[in-house]
Amino acid sequence: MRKEWEGFVQGSWTETVDVDEFIRLNYKPYDGDDTFLAGPTERTKECFEKVQELLVAERKAGGTLKVDSSRIMRINAFGPGYIVPGKDIIVGLQTDEPLKRGICPFGGIKMVREELAEYGESLPEEIDRIFDYVTTHNDGVFKAYSKEMKQVRHLGFITGLPDAYGRGRIIGDYRRAALYGIDYLIEEKKKDHEMIASRHVMSEENIRTAEEVFNQIEALKEVKKMAQQYGYDISGPAKDVKEAIQWTYFAYLAGIKEENGAAMSVGRTSTFIDIYAERDLANGVYTEEQIQEFIDDYILKLRVARHLRTNEYNELFGGDPMWITEGIGGVGMDGRHKVTKNSYRFLQTLYNLGPAPEPNLTVLWSEKLPEPFKRFCAKCSIDTDSIQYENDDKMRPTYGEDYSIACCVSAIQMGQQIQFFGARCNLAKILLLGLNGGIDERTGEHVGPQMEPVGDGPIDYEDAWRRFNIYLEWLMELYVNIMNIIHFMHDKYDFERSQFAFLNSELKRLMAFGVAGFSVAADSLSAIKYAKVYPIRDEIGVIVEFRTEGDFNKYGNDDDRVDNIAVAISERTIEELRKHPTYRNSVHTLSVLTITSNVMYGKKTGNTPDGRRAGTPFAPGANPMHERDKHGAIASLNSVSKIDWDTCQDGVSNTFSITPEALGKERESQIETLVGLLSGYFNRGAHHLNVNVLNRGLLEDAYENPEKYPNLTVRVSGYAVRFNALSKNHQKEVIARTFHQGV
Amino acid sequence: MKGRIHSIETFGAVDGPGIRTVFFMQGCPARCLYCHNPDSWNLDGGERDIDIDEIVHWAVRGMPYYGSKGGVTFSGGEPLMQGEFLIEAIKALHEKGINCAIDTSGTYIDAFSEPAIAECDLVLLDIKHPDPERFKIITAREQETLFDIIDVINGYDKHVWIRNVVVPDINDTEEDILALNEFIRRIKHVDKVELLGYHTMAVDKYGKLGITYRLKGVPAMNGDRLNELRKLVQLPSDAVSQVTIDTKTHEHR
Repeated sequence: MRKEWEGFVQGSWTETVDVDEFIRLNYKPYDGDDTFLAGPTERTKECFEKVQELLVAERKAGGTLKVDSSRIMRINAFGPGYIVPGKDIIVGLQTDEPLKRGICPFGGIKMVREELAEYGESLPEEIDRIFDYVTTHNDGVFKAYSKEMKQVRHLGFITGLPDAYGRGRIIGDYRRAALYGIDYLIEEKKKDHEMIASRHVMSEENIRTAEEVFNQIEALKEVKKMAQQYGYDISGPAKDVKEAIQWTYFAYLAGIKEENGAAMSVGRTSTFIDIYAERDLANGVYTEEQIQEFIDDYILKLRVARHLRTNEYNELFGGDPMWITEGIGGVGMDGRHKVTKNSYRFLQTLYNLGPAPEPNLTVLWSEKLPEPFKRFCAKCSIDTDSIQYENDDKMRPTYGEDYSIACCVSAIQMGQQIQFFGARCNLAKILLLGLNGGIDERTGEHVGPQMEPVGDGPIDYEDAWRRFNIYLEWLMELYVNIMNIIHFMHDKYDFERSQFAFLNSELKRLMAFGVAGFSVAADSLSAIKYAKVYPIRDEIGVIVEFRTEGDFNKYGNDDDRVDNIAVAISERTIEELRKHPTYRNSVHTLSVLTITSNVMYGKKTGNTPDGRRAGTPFAPGANPMHERDKHGAIASLNSVSKIDWDTCQDGVSNTFSITPEALGKERESQIETLVGLLSGYFNRGAHHLNVNVLNRGLLEDAYENPEKYPNLTVRVSGYAVRFNALSKNHQKEVIARTFHQGV
Repeated sequence: MKGRIHSIETFGAVDGPGIRTVFFMQGCPARCLYCHNPDSWNLDGGERDIDIDEIVHWAVRGMPYYGSKGGVTFSGGEPLMQGEFLIEAIKALHEKGINCAIDTSGTYIDAFSEPAIAECDLVLLDIKHPDPERFKIITAREQETLFDIIDVINGYDKHVWIRNVVVPDINDTEEDILALNEFIRRIKHVDKVELLGYHTMAVDKYGKLGITYRLKGVPAMNGDRLNELRKLVQLPSDAVSQVTIDTKTHEHR
């Protein structure tokens, strides 16, 4: 047995890579409260101050502080960088300076050129010329796209396809670096390679996998070299908590150095690291204050991670997010909760380092979480608006106890599973297209199957539902095929070797599809069913507006008449998706999650029968449309909770804003109420909740006077942002959302 | 049987213990100077009629959130104006094991008030002002009804949360609070006294309804001052503590 493992309970994890088992055998559930926590050290304060200065400079510079286009981002493209040289205790930056962004061209050289042009820079000729000979992911995709695929893309039926840059959402099990050291992982990968390359049938799949594993081995060697530059030898396992954090972070860092995918989750590291912390505390190796300091520095590093983006990208995904999602808490299959002291320490960073959007701290909620921890989470939400909650009781039976959250809300099994993700289809536009019989309401372009448009009305509900389904069927086939092309090309031209290096060589794959305009589609169909809706046509006969007589039920009021329509939409969508085979036999999943793209989707959608005006933002994710949830918070939550996670296993996102006064008169009762709300919501089987506890007035003031609120953090849709980093349009949409005020 | 409601709030965290579904009943005989629901005064106004089944439906939808303390609050308006409906509603809710509170202004009593109070688990009682003259100025009603209501409450040993709105220059002196302390000693079981600061958010509503707002120019209650006054509040001696609330009182009688 390795000496670094002394004091750990042995199991089969010592023979084969099995972090899940290691955690299960060795973690210590913590039932106590937050009184043991340590505040920031002087060193932490100094480094944090430096980061604050840099953030101010970054904002003043328009959102991007520095760009280095002199070299292509690879694991060792840049030498070491530090926040405060000599003071960093967990080391490693993407480039050689904090907040400096590099270029990742293999997802798409075109986007890199655009990015640089926006900052008044250009690629050095010798790099530019490489791409006369090298195909990028983006090039490959567009070589394969059909005309119709390009058409649905540019009309906005499907938006946010990762076809121009890194796809993201891959989560390496970076903990493997700490538990086993890089050399052991290389040996295991070599064995895998030999086994796969020696198979009797060298099928396409086997050839591809063998090549991928070879590339992963190369990456592992590079990671080791990177660590060496920072003065660490990570060929063997980590021997204490500081090293466990450092090794894990190096493994993660390699991924974000060379890949610019939209979502780069770190996984589920807190309880894993706690095992080392407990051993060190017991042996007197480190004190509580020191351990908190390591965690603070680790989190500070995650907070300065950046990717270079275009303005167009920022319009879709506002606030410069990285989605460095970390899952905290949850429960084991044996019924013991997985809250440890480190679960508290991670949340404590929101006090030691102030509120912040990254990492995307995600509490995996269960009835079985200890009460003091539930209360501590609620307190953090009330104080910082920086955390989100997901239903562990819902996800655990499917994904086991060691899953992580990819991007915002999507569970994947650690180490054994990955997700092919892409985009959202616009449900509201599908309905409009159906009513128009295959004419896009904004451009008059013919798209999809052609049929007679609806008559002069009132529109018959059965007819509208039939039309919606005809176009849904057509678009879902296209959607699956587009995704197949994207992920085929990404595997081929921009394979994430440094992230896959920390995963099993042969993986289970999910293919995650998304919808937008969910509540608008449900309310529009409800209007057609329960009120009288008359289409209004323009001079060439395209329906561009609706006259609605009478009232109708709106999603968000716990009213089955409309909520059942919403449920039916989600069920029909996944049914249609499942009809079509996927690349590498991935399993179809669906999310109702928009990130901030609800603003862009709304912009690309005409007037809708629910009374929403053309261009107006949609509600985010599965949220009821702004201010239409009239019966209070619980009715609103209950409506969303009807969207079954088994239908939408990629996540059902709900972003919830409530004023502190509505939660209660005193702080204690506010905490108690929030715990009650979360318990009730998740006991109903709901999946996800972003919690903001603030007043609209505060956001309005921050909109007018951004300099007064440098750290104001709000949860938007599956992630948090610094309010100031959002565009004015995104800020306005966040302000327009329902704030549950109570009475 | 039908009741008339002003509105339903499915999430109430400030109207009694825990998370509660709040039914705002339509109609109120009082005309309090600072009323923030003037649209609930007219018994024929409000949103719509509601039957017992629908009351139960909404309340049951909230059950996962109630925990051990929460439940339903009938507020208003003055819920006792629809006492007969309240009795049936509370009986039906008790069938489901749901805790029920009545939030009353103590300005209305009729033959149904006693059985309604007897049926409920908790009374939220607005005292308005201990002094009969000031009471009348604030509510435009006689204080006598309040004493009758208190007699009923005491007669059935009901537990009470006192709720008093504190308005600058009307009842915001130390003397006012000391008088309140004295006044509530006549109530057998006071579990909690809440002083609520006057706010001006209802002013727009008056404008829309074409009703003169009589506290025009009175500023919202200062929070710090309110906290000072809160320190003066004294519960009557028999109260166990501010936070101990008997929520298991709805066994069937």
